[in-house]
Amino acid sequence: MSSAMYERMRANPKFQELVARRGRFAWTLAIIVLTMFYGFVMVVAFNPTALGQPVAEGSRVTVGVAVELGMFIFFWALTAVYVKRANTEFDALNQEIVREAWKEEK
Amino acid sequence: MNKLISSLALMAFSAGAFAADAIAQTEKQATNWHAIIMFCIFVTMTMGITYWAASRTKSTADFYTAGGGITGFQNGLAIAGDYMSAATLLGLTAMTYTQGYDGYIYMMAFFAGWPIILFLMAERLRNLGRFTFSDITAYRLDQGKVRTMAAISSLTVVCFYLIAQMVGAGQLIKLLFGLEYNVAIFAVGILMMVYVTFGGMVATTWVQIIKACMLLAGGTLVMLLAMSQFGFSYTTLIEKATSVHKLGDKLMYPGSLLKDPVTAISLGLGLMFGTAGLPHILMRFFTVTDAKEARKSVLYASGFVAYFFNVIFLMGLAAIIIVGQNPDFFEGGEVGKKLIGGGNMVAMHLAKAVGGNMLLGFLAAVAFATILAVVSGLALAGASAISHDLYARVIMKGKASEATEIRVSKIATICLGAVAIVLGILFEKQNIAFMVGLAFGVAAAANFPVLILSMYWKGLTTRGALMGGYSGLVSAVLFVLFSKSVWVDVLGNAAPLFPYTQPALFAMPIAFFMAWLFSKTDGSAVAQAEIAAFEDQYVRAQTGYGAASASNH
Repeated sequence: MSSAMYERMRANPKFQELVARRGRFAWTLAIIVLTMFYGFVMVVAFNPTALGQPVAEGSRVTVGVAVELGMFIFFWALTAVYVKRANTEFDALNQEIVREAWKEEK
Repeated sequence: MNKLISSLALMAFSAGAFAADAIAQTEKQATNWHAIIMFCIFVTMTMGITYWAASRTKSTADFYTAGGGITGFQNGLAIAGDYMSAATLLGLTAMTYTQGYDGYIYMMAFFAGWPIILFLMAERLRNLGRFTFSDITAYRLDQGKVRTMAAISSLTVVCFYLIAQMVGAGQLIKLLFGLEYNVAIFAVGILMMVYVTFGGMVATTWVQIIKACMLLAGGTLVMLLAMSQFGFSYTTLIEKATSVHKLGDKLMYPGSLLKDPVTAISLGLGLMFGTAGLPHILMRFFTVTDAKEARKSVLYASGFVAYFFNVIFLMGLAAIIIVGQNPDFFEGGEVGKKLIGGGNMVAMHLAKAVGGNMLLGFLAAVAFATILAVVSGLALAGASAISHDLYARVIMKGKASEATEIRVSKIATICLGAVAIVLGILFEKQNIAFMVGLAFGVAAAANFPVLILSMYWKGLTTRGALMGGYSGLVSAVLFVLFSKSVWVDVLGNAAPLFPYTQPALFAMPIAFFMAWLFSKTDGSAVAQAEIAAFEDQYVRAQTGYGAASASNH
């Protein structure tokens, strides 16, 4: 793979834009997941009884089960959001960068 | 080759018939013809696919990655299939059955790695890798040394994981077919060798897809039938389960499995980042056309996995009442004694209780198929580490012809099959869900740190990667060896040398620190060149330009 192609792509301001925008988006989502998951693990480790409480008086649904089910759904929703944006917006920008680098080659 | 496949299929059939005889003699339970017939149908079908796949497996790309021509949806199913192993189905149902909510916590920890893989790794993996994840770690570093290290740690992970799968297979077939444990292990090992050596990644992927569909359908059916006994009410289910379970209300509390914070955090780290270091999962990212499809794979895979974990949780809870209160499922017909077939058979007993022999047969066939499919994926990942990394790149320095490389990987598959058989026999008595935890710990400490650093940290040098990888591997293995599960339970010593059973919390920082320290202090000219090469790698990782694609052939 020609290093010159990579050099041109790197020089393209759109490349910096892609990297910055996609990176910021991915890291934001990753930090949300990591914080929620390890927050949950901390509660498991340090305050396990809190998770065994019912969500409401008389209910058999415990806080732990409700929180986990919520996390399963929320995390998956985040993956859907990321895939949607990455496969449309970011990929379009990505293709532009590659195309422009090719054009310069010719 | 055709002849060999059909004669092997015949062997599987006659083994089934023999098993039915054995069961008639030793157990007075109803014959398991349903299971035998359904399993034989599965084997016949997958052998057909293997035969078809063999005709289109010509190049190394076909063999390792199905030519990169798998769609995102297919690959998502296959990844979910790889991930929903027999240990997941049997082990996590059993864990929920005995420990209640702890099982659900385990499932969350198994699941939470997926979004992270998508956000931080999926597109870089696809854009940089070709056949194995060592393609990425060795991208700008010393090929020989880094690939050797990556291959060794891959093989260690593969072996740990294989043990879990083989033990599950042996127990399952022993119960179902009345075969000797050892005979069952041999059957799995041999079938796996056939799938992988003849069909490569094409066959392995399709076996995985078929099995994932069967597993999702079978699990859902068992769950629905079980829930119908409680009027589809979660409240009724929990009320009954907590009233009969020996833990009582504590059933829905985090419990004894995670009794100390260190174990809980270490387990969370190990399962999350272990997923991102499993060679057979990472390999799946190279079977799709581009980063776009790789992302879709994760979306579908994580959806299926999340759904199935919730199904398993309900199955485990329902089994507390349906299986746990039925004397038929206990040795000697007494509730509270040992479960027939051992603790891991909860899911199977539940299927029998709610759907009779027909459903038991189906679920048993699915579980067996699951083991075969996962073992095949593992064997292929292990074989590619040997043939692509060690043989073609390290020993032959990239000069091996495709034909010899494929031949080496087939030989490697057969050797791995033999190793799996031996390990399966040695580790008969271990809890299989626990063994998977160990595999994840090693993957998290040995594979993940070097992989993520090679993609994100410019400053990583060969020396740092080697020190990080080897120290992660050695420390994870030693922590496991000195923990209660091996030092006391297997080797028979009085007290463990290392107080915790989960290695990740300790081994991962060691790996990261060593990689950092030995990269930072590496002032050689080679190291400078490696650091400079990061720039081009970075552009390729981001844009996918220059990545191996399906259009290559």
